[in-house]
This record gives sequence, C-alpha cells and structure tokens, in this order.
Amino acid sequence: MLAALLLLLLLAAGPGRAGAGRARRDALREELLLSPLPAGDVAATFQFRTRWDADLQRGAVSHYRLFPKALGRLVSALGVRELHLALTQGFWRTRAWGQPPLQAPAGAELWVWFQPTVTDVDKAWKELSNILSGIFCASLNFIDSTNTVTPTASFKPLGLANGTDHHLLRYAVLPREVVCTENLTPWKKLLPCGSKAGLAVLLKAERLFHSSYHSQAVHIRPVCRDASCLAVSWELRQTLTVVFDTFSSGQGKKDWSLFKMFSRTLTDACPLASQSKVYVDISPKNKEKELMEVTPPPASLHEAIVQGDKRTYAVYDLLSPSLFNTSRSLNVQLKWKRPQDSSELPTPILHAQRYVSGYGLQTGEISTLIYNTHPYRAFPVILLETVPWYLRLYVHTLTIITKGKENKPSYIHYQPAQDRRRPHLLEMLIQLPANSVTKITIQFERALLKWTEYTPDPNHGFYVSSSVLSALVPSVIAMKDVDVEQSPLFTSLFPSSDGSSYFVRLYTEPLLVNLPTPDFSMPYNVICLTCTVVAVCYGSFYNLLTRTFHVEEPSRGGLAKRLANIIRKFRGVPPL
Amino acid sequence: MAAPLVLVVLVAVTVRAVLYRSSLAAFISERVEVASPLNAWKRVVEGLALLDLGVSPYSGAIFHETPLIIYLFHFLIEYAELVFMITDVLTAVALYLAIQDFNKVVFKKQKLLIELDKYAPDAAELIRTPMEMHYIPLKVALFYLLNPYTVMSCVAKSTCAINNTVIAFFILATIKGSAFLSAVFLALATYQSLYPLTLFAPALLYLLQRQFIPIKLKSKSFWLYTMQYAALYLCSLVVIICLSFFLLNSWDFIPSVYGFILSVPDLTPNIGLFWYFFAEMFEHFSLFFVCVFQINVFFYTIPLAIKLKEHPVFFMFVQIAIISIFKSYPTVGDIALYMAFLPVWSHLYRFLRNIFILSCVIIVCSLLFPVLWHLWIYAGSANSNFYYAITLTFNIGQILLISDYFYAFLRREYYLTHGLHLTRQDGTEAMLVLK
Repeated sequence: MLAALLLLLLLAAGPGRAGAGRARRDALREELLLSPLPAGDVAATFQFRTRWDADLQRGAVSHYRLFPKALGRLVSALGVRELHLALTQGFWRTRAWGQPPLQAPAGAELWVWFQPTVTDVDKAWKELSNILSGIFCASLNFIDSTNTVTPTASFKPLGLANGTDHHLLRYAVLPREVVCTENLTPWKKLLPCGSKAGLAVLLKAERLFHSSYHSQAVHIRPVCRDASCLAVSWELRQTLTVVFDTFSSGQGKKDWSLFKMFSRTLTDACPLASQSKVYVDISPKNKEKELMEVTPPPASLHEAIVQGDKRTYAVYDLLSPSLFNTSRSLNVQLKWKRPQDSSELPTPILHAQRYVSGYGLQTGEISTLIYNTHPYRAFPVILLETVPWYLRLYVHTLTIITKGKENKPSYIHYQPAQDRRRPHLLEMLIQLPANSVTKITIQFERALLKWTEYTPDPNHGFYVSSSVLSALVPSVIAMKDVDVEQSPLFTSLFPSSDGSSYFVRLYTEPLLVNLPTPDFSMPYNVICLTCTVVAVCYGSFYNLLTRTFHVEEPSRGGLAKRLANIIRKFRGVPPL
Repeated sequence: MAAPLVLVVLVAVTVRAVLYRSSLAAFISERVEVASPLNAWKRVVEGLALLDLGVSPYSGAIFHETPLIIYLFHFLIEYAELVFMITDVLTAVALYLAIQDFNKVVFKKQKLLIELDKYAPDAAELIRTPMEMHYIPLKVALFYLLNPYTVMSCVAKSTCAINNTVIAFFILATIKGSAFLSAVFLALATYQSLYPLTLFAPALLYLLQRQFIPIKLKSKSFWLYTMQYAALYLCSLVVIICLSFFLLNSWDFIPSVYGFILSVPDLTPNIGLFWYFFAEMFEHFSLFFVCVFQINVFFYTIPLAIKLKEHPVFFMFVQIAIISIFKSYPTVGDIALYMAFLPVWSHLYRFLRNIFILSCVIIVCSLLFPVLWHLWIYAGSANSNFYYAITLTFNIGQILLISDYFYAFLRREYYLTHGLHLTRQDGTEAMLVLK
C-alpha cells in the first residue's frame, strides 16, 4: 500500500521533474550603446535580445517565459522563419552621422521569410500583417499586393537557413506610416521586464519622440544553439535607435548625460536579464586621447572592430555589484574637454541620396546618386527600388553613369507593375569603382487615378518608399569572426562572411510625388455632362434615322402667331 | 493625275521630315491628344526593351500593342521614321485609288437612275458631272496628307497611322470588289483595335451591291454571300490571332490588348469622353457604365445599315466617324481618317446647316487643347475641368459635324427624287421638315 503510494508519488513527480529537466532555457541580454556622432548629436541604441532554446516550429510550445507569447504563437501558427519589422520616424543622415548600425526606412518596413512548408505564402503574409497590425497598433493592415514585392537578391536570411527560395520572401514598406507613443507602448510590453526595471526605464515617450530619428524594430530569427549547430534556438531582438540633437537642446554645448537625454537615470538591471550593459563609444578621433571625459569612470574598456573601424567603448555592467556602490543611480555623463573640430567629418565609405526631378504633373525622373568614397577598392552594391504602380516607370530610359561613362549592371531583375495590383520592382547589381559617384536615372509618367483612390489630402502627394542598397563594404582593418554569445550585441547583428568586409544595408530618402487630381466635387456634374454629349449624338442620329422629310403642311398657326397677327393688324403691317 | 499626287506626296514627306528634325518632334510625341496608352511610340520602345530584358511585354500595364507590331518593329526599329512616313503615303495612295473607283461607281449608278427616270426633272443641278468629280481623289489624298492632325500623328510616331493604313487598304479592297482581301484587311484592323468590327456591315452591303445581290432577308443568295464573307473574315482573324500566340507562346496579349480596350483601366487624359467619366465614377457603377459606353460604339451599326443600305460608302464614313468619337482611347489620328473623306461629300455643301460654326468649334478646340493642358499640368492655375470642358466641346463639334453631313446627304436624296422646287398644294413655296 505504502509502496503503491510511493510509486504513485514518483510517477506524479516524474513528468514534473523530467519536465523541469527538459525546461526550455531562455536568456535575456540587454544593452545600451551611446555613441556621439560627428555632427554633435548622440545616438542611443537599445537592444534587448531574448534567446530561447526551443523549437517553435515543431511541437506545441505552451509555456512561455521570457519570449513573448504573442510573437511565439505568431511564428508557430503562420510558419514564419524570419521576421523583421521596423517602425521609423525621421531619416538617418549618413553623410553627417556616419554609417548606421542598423538603419530602417521612414515609415513601417516589414520583411518576412516563410518556412518551405507554407503552401499559400500570400495568404500567410496577409494574415501576418493583420496580426502584427493589432499587436503593434500600427496600420500594417494597409500592406497588400500593391505595396508588397518579392526581392530576389537584396534580402537574404539573417538567421539559419538551408536553401533560399525567394518565393518565400515578402517585403513591404508603408512610407506614410507615422510612429508615435501608441506604437512604443505595445513594443515595450513585449520586453520581459516591461519598462519597470533595467534599461527600459529610460524609454519614456515624451523624450524619445523629441528627437531627430526614432526607430524601433523587432527581429525574430532562428540561430544555432551552439557551435556544433545541431539544434535551433529562436532569437528575438528588439532594437530601438534614437538620435538626440544635444547641440541645440543643450544651449550650444555638446555635453550630454543620460538624465538630459531621457530625463531618467538607471537604477538597477532587469532581474530577468543574464547580462545588462551600457557601452559608451569613446573612440578617439585622430589618435588624440583626452578629448572627452566620461563620468562615472568606467569599470572596463572594450575594444572592437565595428564597420571597419577600431573603436573603444567604456563599459558599465549593471549587474556588477560595484556599480551602484557610490550612488543609487547611474547617470552616464560625457563632457568635451575642448570644442570638437567639426570640420573633419569622416565620410562613410558608402552613402547614397535620391531625389525626384522634372516639372509638371505629367512626367518626372527619379535619380539616385551612390557614392563610393573608398580610395582604392571597388565593390558591388545591390539596389532595390519599389515604385508604386501609379508612377509608370519606363525601363528603356534607365541610365547608369559613373565618371561620365555608362555603367552596365551585371544583374537586372525588373518586374513591371500591374495597375492596382502590384508595384514596380527593380533590382540591380552595380559595380561601384573606387572614389566615384554613380548616377542612376529612370523616367516615369504620372497616372490619373480614380477619385476614390486618392487620400483625403491628395495635394500632399504620394510617397515612394526608400530604395534599399545592400553591399559588402571592404574594411581597412581585418575583422575577426565574432562569437555571438561573448561579444556585444551591436557587433552581431549581421552575419559576416569573412573578415575583410562588413555588410551594410542603407536606405535612401523616401520621395514625395504629386499626381494630377480630378476635381473631387464633380462626380454628378461629370456624369450629367458626358451623358448629355452621348445623348446629343443619340438624339441627332435617332432623328435622322427614324424620321423622313415631308413637305410642311400649312397650319393655322399657334396661339403666339395669332396674337402676333392681331397686333400686326393694329399696326397696319401685313400678317405673318 | 499621277503628277499632282506625286507632288502632294513630296510636299507631305518634306513637311514631316522637317518636323522630325526639329525640336517640335519631342514636344508633339508627349502630347496626350496625339499619343494614347494604346498607340504611343514610347510604349512600343518600352515593350521592345522589356523583351530584351527577358520579361514579357504583357506582364506589366505599359504595353498594349499587338504581337504583330512587336514582330514589325523588332526589325524596323532603326527606320521608324521612314516606316511612318511610308504608312502615311500608302494610306493616301490607297484612299486616292479607292475614291477614284468609287467615283466611277457613283457616276455609273447615277446614269442608270437617270435612264430609269428615277430623278425629278428640276433636280438637274444636283446631278454630278465627271468634271466636278475629277479632282476629288486628289483632294482626298491632300486632305489626309496635309491635315495637321495626320502630320502630328506621324511626327509622334503613333501606331494609329498603321491602323489607318490597314483601314484604307480595307476600303480600297472593298471598293475594288475583292471580298477576300477586304476580309483580310478588316481582320487585321479588328485585330489591332477591335472597333473596326463594325465596318463589316458597310463592307458587306457594298459587296452585295456590287454583285447585284438584292438585300432581302429571304433571299438565299444574300445569306450565302454573307456567310462566305463572314467565314473569310473570321478565318483570317483566327489565323492572325494564332500567329500572335506563337510569338511569345502565351495568350497574355489578349487581356493586355482587348481586355484593356474594353475595360478602360488607364485613365490618362485624352480627347475622348471616357477618362474623366470613369475618374469620377462611383466604383459601384463602373462596370455598368463601361458596358454602356462600349455598346454605344457598336449599336449604331444596325440602324444605319437599315437606313443607308443603298449608300454603303457613306455608311462606312459615318461608322468610321462614330468609332473615332466614341472609342475608348481616341486620338487625332483617328479623326484625320474620316476627315479625309469630306471632299467626297463636297457636293453636299449647299445643304449643310452649321458648317461654319462647327469648323470654328473644331479649330478653336484643337488650339485650346494644349493651352488648357499646360495650365492644368504645368502652370497649376487651372484644374482638370478646363481640359474636360474642351473635350466635351470638341466631341459635340464632331458629333454635330457628322450629323450635319448625314442630314445634308438625306436631304439631297429627297430633292433628287422629289425635285428642288417644292410647292405646296396652293402653289406657294414649301419648306422641308423632318417628321
């Protein structure tokens, strides 16, 4: 009897213990990178990375701990392999601020790789955009076939992938999307600690949206669980990049502090995080030290080669007990010892700009300028342009000119638009010679839309989403392969193929183009007038076809004629 | 008569060559009145460029030409200007020969009716003499070649010129009496722009007349000939469509060409009535009104065939005019074709009621089109209503012109049989009314 009870107890505890042994391990790392930009602004990049050693695709997972359930259910139900969603306000000025760690185009950008098991990718895409629209309170439900494309070369999977059939990829941008507090709040809710502890306490909306650039993103991808890569883990990265203009808000001084930027200071680390660090970029420019001073003094320094440059970072580990010894809160401050010489702005190796030219509402021309400022290395760049169907591109007018000579792309993929169904897709692989400017121009014609297809403010114009430039930029310094677990998060965003180049994805400006508009107050008038013209034809022809000529019969005349005759009799004039 | 024709041709070719080399060529090519989404040269070049890139030209919404045009211009793209000048010359020569033959037919018929005493005695001044008809073919060629509409259409390299050539050859073949060639050219014209389908009726009537087959519904020979002609026409059409399939090995061209013509998805402004109407249409009624407008082109055929069965060439003229006014993407090149026929009816001048006002309307509207377009699109000081108004006025002018000629034609027929000086029962001068 006792033995039976013990057996029963063991059996009951068995699955529980085995379950505990099989418990999915998940880990959270949070990181804040503060980098002063050459023009005097400060860029703050938050990254929250949750890694979960579970296979979301196989086996129903029901116990979610750090990984948010909303996103986990989404990945498993719709067969998503990789998901990248970015909501951005503002434009990253590459020329003034340097190469961005992770750029996103203005508005909302969503690109997703689906699993090969998904049979109807378009249906899954539609469902996915609607669900994400609900999760992030953004109008992602406007993503439909008129702004979705399937790029063939520009977007390769950033996580684990075996085989890349690009029919499983979908990419859409909504350039008109506005990012505000309503989008930040659900984004913060997905964090394990919310905005109550750790680095997320700094994310207060009233300061974050008072900035030159604000981009919040969610990246979900499968990664190798360990070096042997026998099992798959799922990684969720939530990144938020914000650029503060401390120069204008700091009364002409470029000193900044966490409190000045975020009106908060850090008090503790997130208890659920396994790592919580703050990195401050104190790389000396022009080999001069002592240009700036960071308080409180950092516990350690970290050197890394990021984007082809050797950089030094001051590290504050919020989990180390010695950090909060002296004061209860951490307020990182940076003071410039002497005014920075702002004339020497280092130009990034690859940058681009795009604009619309032409006059009038009939035609126009889109021009893209790509600059390669590397002194002696040439490298290829893939340009992806998505143009809405109502700007009719003429691909025979596409010209690519480098240094005065025509530059033929080695790969062109062009998919013309279909009215009201899909946009234009132009992908090209262009070789950029060293130290050159490449100009790509293409002409378009503006279409007249039906009056219901215009937005309520039609004279504002229509947005053309940013074009995407993807390149492996050669780096001057050889880079070592980074181990994702050991190195800071900002170095492990993009997988690097070899040590001699680093991957860069740039976005150009979105364009605003005016279309000719019909008069919106006129539908009834137009219908009446046009039908009148048709009726004039019908009436004239009806008369001529159904009536014949007759000699006019004399008639006594109508009333008017008789009255006129009476008056004429009085006047003494002959009658009619 | 050959020498004056050659002179006219030379002058026309010179004018076109001069304009090709001037800076006006680029300006004229961009004009929406001359180039529509169906026949713009820019789109032909775009289609050929897409073919070079390995993409089907019909996969997008830019190219709406038939595969035979791809065949033609794949080899002749370098000589495009020469091709369009030659098509214009061919059209003029075809019309010249056709009207020459038609005049002979008219004169013969007139002689027959005079001998049969069908004409009233005091209608003598309405009888046409060979002397007055001598210069009509030359005038037709002149009207076509030196019409500013034709010149602009040629300089813009609009493929409307090719359509006009095919229709002109069809008219020539019909008037010469060759049913086979007439069917083939009509099939080509229908294949390119669909609406010439309605010209089947006047061609059939003319050929029946020429074969002296009476047009009675019970007559066996009537149905036999009709079936023969219809079979020739349909077979040529099927052969041409199948040949087009083998160009790109797909039927994509059918929705791109014919689906486009019928469903009017592209609302680029032109001189027609469709664009603004469908730009301002409630989505709910769009399909209904598209059907109404398309039926409008086709449904005048049967009533006109009943009324004008004795005069098939005039029927053809009215039908071409109706196509040019009510087709979904009209251009001035289409108008130039029916205007070329106006010298053939110059004897109707005395019965035209509003010719002065209508010519003023047409000329003024043609001049105002580019002005109001510029004000809307470039200056921004006008809006689309201005251009739309001129479109309406221009179309009213054309419609009234055609109905005026129709009225004059019918009136002359009445006078021929009833005499010019009509008197009432009491001897006073009578008036003629349409009742």
